[in-house]
Amino acid sequence: MTKVSKPKLSVAFWTVLLLFLVWDTVVSAPIDLRNEPPLIAAGSGKASVGGHCAIAK
Amino acid sequence: MKRLPLSVALLVFFVYLALSVSIRQAILFLVGIGMGAALAGARFGFTTGWRQLIEQRDPRGVAGQLVLLALASMLCLTLLAQFSELTAALGPPSISLLIGAFVFGLTMQIADGCGSGTLYKAGLGIPLNMGILPLFALGSFLGSVHVADWLKLGQLEPIGLVTLFGGAKALLITLAGLLVAGLLVRAWVGPGRTWWDRKWLVGAVALAVLATLNLVIAGQPWGVVYGFGLWAAKVVNAAGLFDPTANAFWSQAGNAQRLTESVLLDITSITNVGILGGALWISAKATTSTQSLTTQQWIVGLAAGFLMGYSSRLAFGCNIGAMLSGISTGSVHGWIWVPLALMGTAIGLKVRRHYQF
Repeated sequence: MTKVSKPKLSVAFWTVLLLFLVWDTVVSAPIDLRNEPPLIAAGSGKASVGGHCAIAK
Repeated sequence: MKRLPLSVALLVFFVYLALSVSIRQAILFLVGIGMGAALAGARFGFTTGWRQLIEQRDPRGVAGQLVLLALASMLCLTLLAQFSELTAALGPPSISLLIGAFVFGLTMQIADGCGSGTLYKAGLGIPLNMGILPLFALGSFLGSVHVADWLKLGQLEPIGLVTLFGGAKALLITLAGLLVAGLLVRAWVGPGRTWWDRKWLVGAVALAVLATLNLVIAGQPWGVVYGFGLWAAKVVNAAGLFDPTANAFWSQAGNAQRLTESVLLDITSITNVGILGGALWISAKATTSTQSLTTQQWIVGLAAGFLMGYSSRLAFGCNIGAMLSGISTGSVHGWIWVPLALMGTAIGLKVRRHYQF
């Protein structure tokens, strides 16, 4: 049996995730708050442009 | 961790998103938390439901999934017919889809979690699923890199029922299809079975509402896999191991732009983080018992997680992006995905038993 400490693995998992999000925020292009998407897409007149796993391209 | 400090941490992240990213992303984070809480709280495992159906002829999990599909279809198809801004989860019927769905159904039984299952179980702190998540992301990225080549094996244009028949007829066709699926399940399990379980039904209603909210707010259906692939793509790209401009998928304008943007702007990424947070919140009070795995089981489980990520891209979604979102928004590819994934699951259960998971 391979004993894996659940709390330690949880801490490692969340630490890596948070570090990834911080790193990504630092290296990515600054967020343009003036170009904010509509709060609710339905009825906004703006088509969704997000990525989705069903889309082939 | 206790719930109060966890709630504060989630609230702080929500406020950060609202102030520094966008109100929409902050709201989608809350939707994701709700999804994670519903999945983990109700233990709404698509993989478990299929396993119980095949191994024990227990229809309760699949009945819950059929209720979820019916409710989500009623809400989403109606909205899609009303609002031109909303998009369906349209994947191309293709050889890639057939192979991808089969392999996904097979590997999700070994990994004991599909797309949403891996997320909520990782959030609950289950070791194998926490280990699988980064490999799922890497597999998803590689699948996206290769998907254009897989599509060369043969494909049709995506088929959307709302576009073809309008909202009302699309809904009738979808509900008729779900009824047929229910009758097939009834024929498989035989008489005298318990069909309804409060836990599954509560999860189904909650997830149908949340999936609809995702569509209304984001303009696109709930998805899981794209976000995973994007995370790995960003890391591999930053390491200089990948040239997105030379790849058919990642050189597309939208995908190329997302590689330069913060993942906090990406719709599926933000709901994925929310699902992890919602499941973590549930885990603060729930007790999850997990058996220790052998080294061989770890290797097999992690390999299955990687293949699950790869195949989910070939299949144009997992149980969420292809099955739930595909069927509930009238995409024919969702209907093709289910029987292929079910065939894969039948094999996956044998592999699962062989390795004594």
